[in-house]
Amino acid sequence: MTLILAELAWWQQTSIRVVVGLVAVLIPAGTLVYLHLFKLVSFMQSRLGPMEAGPYGSLQLLAEVGKFIQKEDIVPRRADRFVFKAAPFVVLVSTFLLVVVLPGGPDAFFIDNDLGIYLALAVSSVSVIGILMAGWGSASKYSLMGGLRATGQLIAYELPLILAVVGVVIQAETMNMQGIVLAQADGEIFGWGGIGNPFVITQFVGFAVFMIAMQAELTQTPFDMPVAESELVTGYMTEYSGLRFLLFFIGEFATAGVFSAIAAVLFLGGWYVPGLDPADNLFNVLGPVVLMVKIVGLSFLIFWFRFTFPRFREDQLQRLAWKFLIPIALANIVVTGVLKVLV
Amino acid sequence: MTAAPPAAGEQLRYIAGQAADARVNLEIETEGMTLNIGPQHPATHGTLRIVAKLDGEQVIAAEPVMGYMHRGYEKLAEVRTYPQVTTLINRIDWLGSFANEVPFILAAEQLMEVEAPLRAQWIRTALFELSRIANVTLFLGDMAVQVGAITPVFFAFRDREHVLNQIEAATGGRFHPNFDRIGGLKDDLPAGWAAETKQALKKIRNFCDQIEELVEGNEIFQARTRGIGVIPAKVGLGYGLSGANIRASGVDWDLRRDAPCGLVHDQLDWRVWTHPDGDSFARFWVRLQETREATRMVDQLLDGLPPGPIMAKVPRIIKVPAGEAYVETENPLGIMGYYVVSKGDLAPFRVKIRSASFSNVSITPWLLKGVYVPDIITILGSLYFILGDIDR
Amino acid sequence: MSSADAGAGAAAVAGADPVREGLLEALAAELGPALVGSELRAGRDLCVRVERGAWGPLAEYLRSGLGFVYFGFLSAIDWLPSPFGRDMDSQVDNALDPPEPKDPGPMQTGAAGGDTRFQLLARVNDPAGRRSLTAKADLPDDDLRAASWTPVYSGADWHEREAWEMFGIDFDGHPGLRHIYLPSEFEGNPLRKDYPLLARRVKPWPGIVDMELMPGEGPGASTGSDGAEAP
Repeated sequence: MTLILAELAWWQQTSIRVVVGLVAVLIPAGTLVYLHLFKLVSFMQSRLGPMEAGPYGSLQLLAEVGKFIQKEDIVPRRADRFVFKAAPFVVLVSTFLLVVVLPGGPDAFFIDNDLGIYLALAVSSVSVIGILMAGWGSASKYSLMGGLRATGQLIAYELPLILAVVGVVIQAETMNMQGIVLAQADGEIFGWGGIGNPFVITQFVGFAVFMIAMQAELTQTPFDMPVAESELVTGYMTEYSGLRFLLFFIGEFATAGVFSAIAAVLFLGGWYVPGLDPADNLFNVLGPVVLMVKIVGLSFLIFWFRFTFPRFREDQLQRLAWKFLIPIALANIVVTGVLKVLV
Repeated sequence: MTAAPPAAGEQLRYIAGQAADARVNLEIETEGMTLNIGPQHPATHGTLRIVAKLDGEQVIAAEPVMGYMHRGYEKLAEVRTYPQVTTLINRIDWLGSFANEVPFILAAEQLMEVEAPLRAQWIRTALFELSRIANVTLFLGDMAVQVGAITPVFFAFRDREHVLNQIEAATGGRFHPNFDRIGGLKDDLPAGWAAETKQALKKIRNFCDQIEELVEGNEIFQARTRGIGVIPAKVGLGYGLSGANIRASGVDWDLRRDAPCGLVHDQLDWRVWTHPDGDSFARFWVRLQETREATRMVDQLLDGLPPGPIMAKVPRIIKVPAGEAYVETENPLGIMGYYVVSKGDLAPFRVKIRSASFSNVSITPWLLKGVYVPDIITILGSLYFILGDIDR
Repeated sequence: MSSADAGAGAAAVAGADPVREGLLEALAAELGPALVGSELRAGRDLCVRVERGAWGPLAEYLRSGLGFVYFGFLSAIDWLPSPFGRDMDSQVDNALDPPEPKDPGPMQTGAAGGDTRFQLLARVNDPAGRRSLTAKADLPDDDLRAASWTPVYSGADWHEREAWEMFGIDFDGHPGLRHIYLPSEFEGNPLRKDYPLLARRVKPWPGIVDMELMPGEGPGASTGSDGAEAP
């Protein structure tokens, strides 16, 4: 994409990037909602899920969006209006910034930044600000408690998330997302290069920690204390309706998609499939599809856990992060570093 | 099935932890906040309202407020004839409706000195236990929702449906059978009912196994419920807790075994389950075992169903002789009793309804002191109340 | 439940129910003249009536002396015959065409007797000994108050609030008598017999006798029914 864009004017490049960015965020989000939230979960719970709108209910999501757009946008009387109204957009901004660093093929990427993964982990924290704004601005006790819980939780799980990535960065010797993909495509597992080196094999501990921390970052069950619908109604989203609720909803699933994509790039080789030449131009077309399949596979895990487990209490959740995940991640870094030097 | 080991050490640590938190809160002088949970809240199954004074997420004092569904059945019963009263009391515990009718009918039968024929007693007991299954299966799923797992409740609704179908096939009413009559039952069982019911019971046993694996064995569920909301037996008895709530505190007391009255539980092979811990997990565990036990009971009842009439000889217009009678039975939610005062009239002079949930929930101000907000929900869920049973 | 051990006649036979008879003797020894009445239905139930002053000590003795540690319920009975009778006609219609005023008849009380209009009613159980007992106490009309059971049975708290709300009975020593079911501005005591049931005052109720008689079946027919009050 970068090569094609090189000939165009800046505004044209930007327009194309915005459109592709929107598609890259919304298509995975819509797929996840339909495949996982509507269908997979229904089958788990011995239901059929939506069946009426479109074949097998495939257009249900559009109907839902239409419904939410028609609804009245209610702002509680004593809410901090500006903060209340801005909060969903702040959450969504973090999602859209995340997608910027994702590579979809050897030439199909938005930016080629040497600090790629660092940038991703930094902007993912912006959503905390949006959630805290929503919690505070709603002038509701449930929202406030949800916002505070979310903040405590997201800060606690940012750390294992970053530490889990360090192992990958040590192995790939770069923070560039494209570089990480190529490192996996060209790599060898202790001298055997049959399928490259998807880091999920050599960095298995890091992958497990990353997935758990990601589940918490996304506030999905068993870490959904901030929204805990049986206690806090829906936490920081309690007072939202209509379009703004929809934005939170999209934010939730789009972020799940983008985080799955990051995990796919870090641990599953991103757009690469073993057996082909990573420099092949074919990957500029095939790459996004491969990445999408990997996203769906990883997010299946997210939703499988979400609809299977009960939720932790706030203190148990913090204990898990600080007493288990962080020490494990640190030990993983030490082992990875030692092996990197020795092998 | 092995009994879960007592978690006494865990409880002590939890209580000590709460005390330490309270000290910290005193030192930094935080300001309290009043949180109004209900009357419309996803966790209160109906319209119970809890006014909780919070310090951070810790509860300083909690006060349940009810009456949003008070229908005044005690007053209404005074202007209804005896057969009409069963229509009202069906709506007390609406998940196990048939069980509500039984103690009232037994009390009226006691006053009239009539006894239902043997077959009617057996069918009564079978329906009584079926309504227990219909009631408690929903709890088993719902408890998982209270701690955040939403899948089990769908299983509960799915398998409860089979039992409701059988209740409907026998009585004509899914939720409110109104099937029990003074002196017997309205009708005999339809043909083929016993075989179909056995199929349904098989599904319920299967459901219990699923719940055991999916919920009870889950580490997170245990972490959320073990050592939470501990009720010592002495306190529970003083508050009048009954049913699984008191048996989970180690009190081996079940009216079906200890004071059989008009039902034939004493002729069946079954056991009373107790648990020594008295925490939320114990209450869940005891209910799970009781559901299994109930399916076994119904199986035996269907096998041993005696032939004969289903209605004793009673006058068509029922006038109950003057007197007073109190009959209590072990209903799905706990002990339910009716104190019926008759003056020899068509309508009772006074009916005092002793409902299980009213007493069960009365312990909450004591129990919720010092717990955290998420635990309010698990504790209320594990006490298992039906709003109609509190408010009557 | 068989008719052999039931009925008032059986109660008179000494030794028919040793457990309850022993209980009654123990209570009589402890309370002395404060135990003003009792009714023992052998194999079924024991009901004792005490003086109002002995209401608090009774609970104390039941719990610590006799092992009745389980609190069943606490309520009250209003023995006043309903001044509204049981007429099921709409009172709106009656305003145009007033019916003959009915004499509600004399006040009768039930098990274990009674002297006053309001009677406290409570039930306790002994789970270990599988025993249960109904307790009653008369309250004078001009002074509806009794000792609270909350110091002995914590569960009496809500039940006494309900009795206070529904009958207007005060309990000395209760931590806070306030409305439990009804709105806090509610006036009146709904379960008293002289409190009208409004639904019945404004709307006719068709169903006091809810079935038509079968052919050949009338008042005094072979079914044994005396079905006097046909509409």
